[in-house]
Amino acid sequence: MLTEKERIKLDEEISHLPYPSAACIEALKIVQDERGWVSDQGVTDIAEHLQMSAEQVDSVATFYNLIFRKPVGRHVVLMCDSISCWVLGYEELIKHFKHKLNITWGETTSDDRFTLLPIPCLGTCDRAPAMIIDDELHRDLTIEKLDEILSTYE
Amino acid sequence: MERPLTHMIPSDGHPLNLMEYESSGGYQALKKALGMTPQAVIDIVKDSNLMGRGGAGFPTGVKWGFVPMGDDASEVKYLIANADEMEPGTFKDRVLLEGNPHQLIEGMIISAYAIQASEAIIFLRWAYKSAARRLLQAIHDASEAGFLGDNILGSGYRLKMTLHTSVGRYMCGEETGLLSALEGKRSIPRAKPPFPQISGLFGKPTIVNNVETLCCIPPIIDKGAGWFRDLSLAASGGTKLYGASGRVNKPGIYELPLGTSLREIIEVHAGGMRKGYKFRAALPGGASTDFLTEDHMDVKMDFKSVAEVGSRLGTGTIIVLDDKTCPVGFVHNLEHFFAQESCGWCTPCREGLPWVERILKSIEDGEGTEGDLDILHSHITGLGPGMTFCALAPGAMAPLNSALKYFNDDFIKHIKEKKCPYGEAYA
Repeated sequence: MLTEKERIKLDEEISHLPYPSAACIEALKIVQDERGWVSDQGVTDIAEHLQMSAEQVDSVATFYNLIFRKPVGRHVVLMCDSISCWVLGYEELIKHFKHKLNITWGETTSDDRFTLLPIPCLGTCDRAPAMIIDDELHRDLTIEKLDEILSTYE
Repeated sequence: MERPLTHMIPSDGHPLNLMEYESSGGYQALKKALGMTPQAVIDIVKDSNLMGRGGAGFPTGVKWGFVPMGDDASEVKYLIANADEMEPGTFKDRVLLEGNPHQLIEGMIISAYAIQASEAIIFLRWAYKSAARRLLQAIHDASEAGFLGDNILGSGYRLKMTLHTSVGRYMCGEETGLLSALEGKRSIPRAKPPFPQISGLFGKPTIVNNVETLCCIPPIIDKGAGWFRDLSLAASGGTKLYGASGRVNKPGIYELPLGTSLREIIEVHAGGMRKGYKFRAALPGGASTDFLTEDHMDVKMDFKSVAEVGSRLGTGTIIVLDDKTCPVGFVHNLEHFFAQESCGWCTPCREGLPWVERILKSIEDGEGTEGDLDILHSHITGLGPGMTFCALAPGAMAPLNSALKYFNDDFIKHIKEKKCPYGEAYA
C-alpha cells in the first residue's frame, strides 16, 4: 500500500487530471522519491491506487530511464556519454571509476555509496565532459576534478 | 546588433526577477496583445516569418492557424512549451530557461491567447534542475502580479500555467511522444492525422512550440513583424541562438542574425579551433543532421541554405569534428544514442538501429568487413524518410549517410588495417 504521504501527494496530482492513470508517471516519481527506487511492491501499490494493472504500470516504469527498477546506491552518478562529452574524453573518466571505485556502467559500489549510470546529453556541451550526481551538475571534468568531487559525497 | 532573445540575460546568468523584467520592458507585449484580437496576434506572427526553432522549421503562425477557434471550438485547449532539450550537442534552450524565464512565460501567455488556450504547460527535461527552480518562481510571481489566472490584467482572458518535469527519454521531445508522456504513458509517437492542433493532449486542440520559438513572440508583438524579419539575413525572420561544442576555443551559445555563415560562427564567435586541432567537419544542428565539411564553410546557417547543401539547420547548435578524432567512433557514439533512445514502437527503428550500432562498433574495433558497408547503406534506405513512424530513425541516418559520403576512406582504412587508425583512445 502507498504510505499516507505518498497517497496525499498522488491524489493532489490526480485532481488536476482527467483520469487517474494519467498520473502514472507522477506516481512513479513520488514513490521513487520516497523509497529511493521502484520495487515490484511499489509497482503494485501504484497500480491499485490508479486502477491499472501492475503490468501496465511496469510498462511505463521500464520505459523511462530515470525510474529505477533496481536498488541504487546513496548517490547516483549520471555521466553523460553523448557526443560532445565523448569528443572531450568522458571514457577516461569511466576508466577512472573502474580503477578507483571498481564499478562501471550499471554497477553500485559494495558500500552502497555510488551507482554509476550513463545518461544522454545533459545539454551543457560547452563545458564537457559533464555529469550529474543526485541533484547537482558538475562540468569541465578532469580526473583530478572527479576525485575531488567524489570525495565530497559520503 | 540587436539581440532580442538574450539582451535581458545578465552576464552572471542570474535571471531578472519580475520587477526587473518589467522595468526592462517586460510584459509590455502581453498588454499590447491583450488589446488585440487573437487573429490579429496570429497574423503578426505569420507576417514575421518566424519558423519553429525546435529543429523542423515549420512556420509558427501557420501552425497556430490550424487550431479550431470560435464558439464551436473546445473550451479546453493546450499550449505547451517543449523544453525537453535532448538532442545531443544542443544546449540553447537551457540558456533561455535559466537566463530569462519571464520572457518564455510572457511568450507563452501571448501564444496561448492567440489560440485561446485554457492551459499552458512547460514540459521540462529533468536534467535542467536550476531552470525548474527559476521557472517555478517566475510562474508564481507572474500569477501574483495578475499575468496568469482567471482574469489576466482585466481582459477577461484566463490561463493556468504548470511545470511538468520529465523522467528521461529522447522521444519526449517529439511532439506526439511528448503528449503521450504528459498523459502518463510510454512516450511513443502517434499517427498523424489527426494533428495535435485538432486532437492533441487528452484529445483536445494542442499547440507544442519550442522554447526559443516562444521567446521570440514578445519582441515580435512589441516591435512588429517587419522589424523581426529585418533582423535576419535570410528569408525567414529573426535572430537565432547558434552554438558550438567540441574542440573550439570558445564553446558556447551566440545570438546572431539568422543566416550567419558557418565560417563566422566557428572562426569568430566560437574562437576557431583549439591549438593543435584542425576543423574537419561539423553537424550543423544536433546529432540528427548531416555533416557539413570545409567546403561548406560559407553556407548561410538558415533553414533553406543548409537544406540546399544536403543537411538541416536543426537546432543550430554545431558539433565540431576535429582532425584528431575518429569519424567512425564519432558516428558510433551517435548511433549508440539513437539505438538506445528508439522507443521500440516500430520495427525498422527498433531492430535496425542496434544493428547499425553493432556494425559500427565492429568496424571501429578493427573487426569490420567491406560487406558491412553495404549493410549500413541498406539501413540508410530502410530507415529513411517515410519508412518509420516518426523522424527518429531518418534523423539517425543523416550523420551516418553523410559520414559514409565524406569519410569513406576512414571506414575503408579501419577495415583494411583491422584497427582504428586514430589510436587506442578511440578504439
